[in-house]
Amino acid sequence: MQSVLPSLFFYALATMILVSAVVTITRRNAVHSVIWLISTLLGIAGLFLHQHAEFLAAVQVIVYIGGITVLFLFVIMLVNLDEAAKKKQFAGQWKIVVICAGALLAELGFFIFKGAEGFYFAEPAGGSLQPNTQLIALALYRDYLLPFELASLLLLVAMIGAVVLAKKDLK
Amino acid sequence: MDLPFLLYTLLKIVVVVFALLTAVAYTVWFERKVVAHMQSRWGPTRVGPYGLLQPLADVIKLITKEDITPSGVFRLVYLAAPCLAVITALLVFAVIPFGPRTEMGGIDIFQITDLDIGLLFILSVSSMGVYGIALAGWSSNSKYSLLGGLRSSAQMISYELAMGLSIVGVVLLTGSLSLRQVVDNQSGSWWGIIPHWNVIPQFIGFFCYFVSAIAETNRLPFDLPEAETELVAGYHTEYSSMRFAMFFLAEYTNMTAVSCVATVLYFGGWSGPVFGPEALQTVLPLLWFFLKVLAFLFVYVWIRGTLPRFRYDQLMAFGWKFLLPLALANMVLTSFVQAVRYGG
Amino acid sequence: MSNGYFENYIPILLLAGVVTLLAVGMLLLSYLLGPRRPSKEKLAAYECGVMPTGDARQRFSVKFYLVAMVFILFDVEVIFLYPWAVIFHELRMLGFIQMILFIGLVLPGFVYLWRQGIFDWSETDTSEWPDTPPVTLPGVSLVVPNVVQEATPFSGGSQ
Repeated sequence: MQSVLPSLFFYALATMILVSAVVTITRRNAVHSVIWLISTLLGIAGLFLHQHAEFLAAVQVIVYIGGITVLFLFVIMLVNLDEAAKKKQFAGQWKIVVICAGALLAELGFFIFKGAEGFYFAEPAGGSLQPNTQLIALALYRDYLLPFELASLLLLVAMIGAVVLAKKDLK
Repeated sequence: MDLPFLLYTLLKIVVVVFALLTAVAYTVWFERKVVAHMQSRWGPTRVGPYGLLQPLADVIKLITKEDITPSGVFRLVYLAAPCLAVITALLVFAVIPFGPRTEMGGIDIFQITDLDIGLLFILSVSSMGVYGIALAGWSSNSKYSLLGGLRSSAQMISYELAMGLSIVGVVLLTGSLSLRQVVDNQSGSWWGIIPHWNVIPQFIGFFCYFVSAIAETNRLPFDLPEAETELVAGYHTEYSSMRFAMFFLAEYTNMTAVSCVATVLYFGGWSGPVFGPEALQTVLPLLWFFLKVLAFLFVYVWIRGTLPRFRYDQLMAFGWKFLLPLALANMVLTSFVQAVRYGG
Repeated sequence: MSNGYFENYIPILLLAGVVTLLAVGMLLLSYLLGPRRPSKEKLAAYECGVMPTGDARQRFSVKFYLVAMVFILFDVEVIFLYPWAVIFHELRMLGFIQMILFIGLVLPGFVYLWRQGIFDWSETDTSEWPDTPPVTLPGVSLVVPNVVQEATPFSGGSQ
């Protein structure tokens, strides 16, 4: 039972992610889409947990579900749904979609055809006794310090960008 | 991972949830009683001695009321919203330690589970709490509800920042995100009198935490989303009977959760003088924990009975311009002091 | 090793299940026990007793979006602080300097947002309004504010 359980979780989560992702893009009501998107994101957080990446799972929930999706919801809450329902749901860019999906499928097929040697099976993070958060912290603040500091510049740019985009009369 | 483990865990969860629901029901009674006495009234007196059976009567009344589903609502979302509010409110208690590690049959009976990321778990669950309110406001198809829901979500996410920042101070002192370790770290005392509680080095952090937590739970003086003078009842205007009660339940559960977290983070959790025979020694920590939580609930009610409501622009300015910088300053100061203490 | 790890999370799964059952149970119970006597007026959206006008979905202030966007950015910053705080006892002064740099780089953004008035919710500048007259209680102060005398709309017209 012990060895079966993790893979059981994996397949349950994978099903949850795939099904809710498909439902997300096929719903006509945009708020329903958001709810299904939350379910997708929760599933991905679950996958992180499954990979022993507890910290990433928490970040996934706090930032994506608690932040970004709230912003989506704000935008969508104020959309007039009656009018939105009359619009075409799919933008009709099917040629590009077919090319992209085809390329992805070909890649996937290639690796499956190659078998086990085509994959790199990662060990679950946190294999040592340290909690996952500390491992991430050590990586961030010791090994990748410069990229981390540069990330703050990115945040700064995003902040200013948000204001410039949304505000008409800049002071 | 075997059947007894699952059964024991399930039993523990059911007991905790049941105790919690009872506690929450009596929090309502407690609030009505205390506010009444603050306003020279009696509060509930009719049902049972001192109105003690009032919560029970309320529940029966609310369950047997008519469920009104207004005609313009988006039915599924409208029904899911109160469920979501209750679920996110109760889920927080998964990681809260009510007492020291006490094993019975191989599992810890005073905590549902001790996660390495306990604090982040609490933050992530409470960050999902926005959805119950936002979706309720949206699906009701009423102007008051929508405005209330929108305001409330903006308020909650604004104060979440100050809350997250103020907790960093505690993490700096503890070096762990596990709530049990946070409490263990606060054992002992200075000079044998002053308990080693985080509130003493972190009083600014505690202030920020508690103020933003009050805003997060939409309580007075931050109860803008349901400001009855302008928004009727805010996001739950269109809800009636048990569906309304579920929002009510979620609000009071959130209050209790905040009180528990504040106790754990800043007031030493279950720590307190322990003496007497062994049975008493097991129960006393629980009692201390309960008393501390009760004290916080009293402060909640006290604030409600004392302060008038903020205006919305004041509320946003207070959160962003005062609380956030203060929490940030507290964090920087704490880390500096810690760095000096660790030495270089 | 994985055994203990998953055992930590199974209680959460169980709790989520119990709580969901509870929530759905509450809805069901009141659905089963409550009476149902709908009428057109009862089912209308509440609008202070008058007939509801129009739809609830209208355009809203862009500030809500701005606040949500700014929140995400700061949220990411706060999240970065958690792992940092966890291993602060190893980083020590170096960690302090790292974080000062990090915050120092984001802080100008915060100041910019402040100066642009993102955190000012009211559109009007209330600082230029005349001061409101002091509140006076009868018997406490003898000064009657002249505002009260002007406030009655029909006092001049009827004569």
